Amino acid sequence: MIRKGRRGEIRVELEPEERILLRRVAGELEALLLAEDGDDPSLRRLYPAAHDDDRLEEEFRTLTRAQLDAGRRQALKTLAETSGQDRLSREEADAWLRALNDARLVLGTRLDITEDFDWETLEGHPRAPELAVYAYLSWIQEQLLDALS
Amino acid sequence: MTTVAPAEAEIQVEEPAAADDAEHDRPWIVIVWNDPINLMTYVTHVFQKLFGYTEAHATRLMLQVHYEGKAVVSSGTREKAELDVSRLHAYGLWATMRQD
Repeated sequence: MIRKGRRGEIRVELEPEERILLRRVAGELEALLLAEDGDDPSLRRLYPAAHDDDRLEEEFRTLTRAQLDAGRRQALKTLAETSGQDRLSREEADAWLRALNDARLVLGTRLDITEDFDWETLEGHPRAPELAVYAYLSWIQEQLLDALS
Repeated sequence: MTTVAPAEAEIQVEEPAAADDAEHDRPWIVIVWNDPINLMTYVTHVFQKLFGYTEAHATRLMLQVHYEGKAVVSSGTREKAELDVSRLHAYGLWATMRQD
């Protein structure tokens, strides 16, 4: 689990398998971003339109897209590089939050997650392994938020 | 949070030709939309972190997004609104902007 230590530090107490999973998730998402497949529907939630107007949206995208991608890749790199640590700085924890959230956005979009998804039906579900990863990432993110508060 | 699609009819952008000074001065508003993936605690955290809102104010806005489908989270010049939207996008929130 992840919790706040006595001196306010963020302590990461995860099993080696969990750390491997986090590294794998970061690596897979990074590869997906590098592929820059504009038609991949699971990426659409990472790039919402700011403007309804096409011309304004084009301008906005030109101005912001490179920085958005750079920030995403940096957060994923930090998650991968610090996945073995027992403590996180607040900056590292912030990168974890963003990277975990991006992974959940992609996975959740692929799985067509809805607010009223019935987690009781997980057993025997054809996509149970991916749903379990999604639920695990949500649980880690919630613990990080708790430790940061 | 639940799925609520943006009401496209509400988003109207005036033709540039119609822009006079009053038009130009109208502030832009930044809207965050509900989505089924972002955690409620995460959305509150992001509002606090990006805008410096108190926990109470950030929580109120998050609940408005959750129950009403959207909330106006900031406003200002077009440049400021675009900066705010891009920062919200960097945190994975579904944010759009329009002139008020």
